[in-house]
Amino acid sequence: MTTAQRSVGKASAKAPAIVMVFALIAVAFLFIPLIGLLLETPWAQLPALLTSTTATEALRLSIVTSLLAAAVATILGVPLAWVLARKEFTGQRFVRAIVLLPLVLPPVVGGVTLLTAFGRRGLVGQYLYDWFGIQLPFSTAGVVMAEAFVAMPFLVITVEGALRNIDTRYEQVARTLGASPRTVLFRVTLPMISASLVAGIVLAWARALGEFGATITFAGNFPGVTQTLPLAVYSTLEVSRDEAIALSLVLLAVSLTVLVSLRGRFLGSRT
Amino acid sequence: MSVTARVVTHIGDFGIDAQIEARPGETVALLGPNGAGKSTVLKAIAGLVPIEDGCIRIDSTPVDEPASGTFIPPEHRRVGMVFQDYLLFPHMTVQQNIAFGRKSLKMPAGKFNDDDTWVHALDLTDLLDRKPEQISGGQAQRVALARALATNPRALLLDEPLAALDAATKQSVRGELRHFLQRFEHGSLLVTHDPLDALVLADRIVVLEDGRVTQVGPTAEVASQPRTDYLAALLGVTLHRGVAADGVIACESGGTLIASTSVTGDVITVIRPQAISLHTHKPEGSARNVWQTTVTTVEAHHDQMRVTLTGPPQLTAAVTPAAVAELGIAPGQQLWARLKATDITVHPA
Repeated sequence: MTTAQRSVGKASAKAPAIVMVFALIAVAFLFIPLIGLLLETPWAQLPALLTSTTATEALRLSIVTSLLAAAVATILGVPLAWVLARKEFTGQRFVRAIVLLPLVLPPVVGGVTLLTAFGRRGLVGQYLYDWFGIQLPFSTAGVVMAEAFVAMPFLVITVEGALRNIDTRYEQVARTLGASPRTVLFRVTLPMISASLVAGIVLAWARALGEFGATITFAGNFPGVTQTLPLAVYSTLEVSRDEAIALSLVLLAVSLTVLVSLRGRFLGSRT
Repeated sequence: MSVTARVVTHIGDFGIDAQIEARPGETVALLGPNGAGKSTVLKAIAGLVPIEDGCIRIDSTPVDEPASGTFIPPEHRRVGMVFQDYLLFPHMTVQQNIAFGRKSLKMPAGKFNDDDTWVHALDLTDLLDRKPEQISGGQAQRVALARALATNPRALLLDEPLAALDAATKQSVRGELRHFLQRFEHGSLLVTHDPLDALVLADRIVVLEDGRVTQVGPTAEVASQPRTDYLAALLGVTLHRGVAADGVIACESGGTLIASTSVTGDVITVIRPQAISLHTHKPEGSARNVWQTTVTTVEAHHDQMRVTLTGPPQLTAAVTPAAVAELGIAPGQQLWARLKATDITVHPA
């Protein structure tokens, strides 16, 4: 590396004044809202606010649906990541684009697409209803679907990246030792990418926990059935600002915990 | 058991068509420059790469034969393979690594006890609870070997088994590996680009250049009579097996050599033909090996003349065409040969 390159990003680098000014503004922009939330938190009433029916039901629903969504994303997403990383097939680019779409698609649009597919008169939904009497929209199952739809790409890209990075000769050795492709997957491949797999699951879960747009569009906002924490925050904001703040604080605490637990991977520190 | 293979395949524009065989108890080195297709041949035999034509048999059973549509997947071939950098599973202990194959094959994994001769023979008892990152390169090589052998494979494939080791470790591990291969009852195939590995470890050498076999023969024969330019540049050495004691080596084929070595017991000596000088009269000087001999053949190789000398010990000398003219070297002629003790490389066998 040249000297010029090496000095970039080091503590000793001399920053132009304008860079420092804008960097500070950026930090303030991100940090001040957090301060605002903490300052306005009605700490004394917090226990009461968090044990209200709205709060406990939303919290319970959020935990259940986000864990189920993370499970769905893992069970479907790991095989998808494996196929994308290890197989070559026509239409691969198209499939990858479809996988990544929910990352950039506004969640509310994701909710609309789910409605058109799984709604009572949707592409698939009409048959589910006519043949099995299954109605996904505006149900708790619909919440899980909406969350999984938005969260799965996080798991797929994390796991696919890890699968591309491991030396596939470990898998070849395992085959010569008598392991079937399935044994290789469970005893060699997945254990070797376990750190990335956990990171992918946690990211997917965190995304599912915070999901709002797709959920409210596809599953609605019914307390006890589809009203998850983010929806409860939105609903209570008009009624009780204090309760909205208390619920926001819960989500903030969860997000911070996730971030800290994954810091080795995503904050650029040494793993 | 034996391995017989004719591997026909290609990687991009590069075509491979190679025939190779390892009989029971025999170690065959597949020697060739980088990119000659050696590793691909080995992977094909292991079942990791399908062949396009030809046939791979273990004993008389075809395991890959495109003509008849036979393809036995690697997990059912029971062929042990050791890769260049050993590839011990990093998330398992040494013991779990060794047990992996038995577990996969639903063989009784059991504990490692006296039945596990390889664990003992390879001196792994103290390493069983360690993780691969906690052991040395030489130890990792032994673990990889034990792991490959734990399933009682019907043949052993070694891909550059010493290339990942530093020079000092390489010497001792090479000796251990030779000792082990001599006792292995099935056929072994060893891929290497290092002529020394082939000379010390193999009973026979198959030379692979550009995807084609260019020479096959017993190790000593291939070493002393290289038929391609690549091999002549690489080898052209004379090998003698013998027994060493106090720096004196009694050659198996007769005669003695004096070498500067502290190794005792069974050895292989490697002598470069350039190290031997030829004289019409008994040479003066401090060289420890001076003897009178008769020329059997003289042939041109590159810009050098290779002169074979009757023993004992039988040797090949390489001299310049000018020296041949000056000394009038011709078959049947009596000459004095001289060789310094330090020019004899001695490897424990």
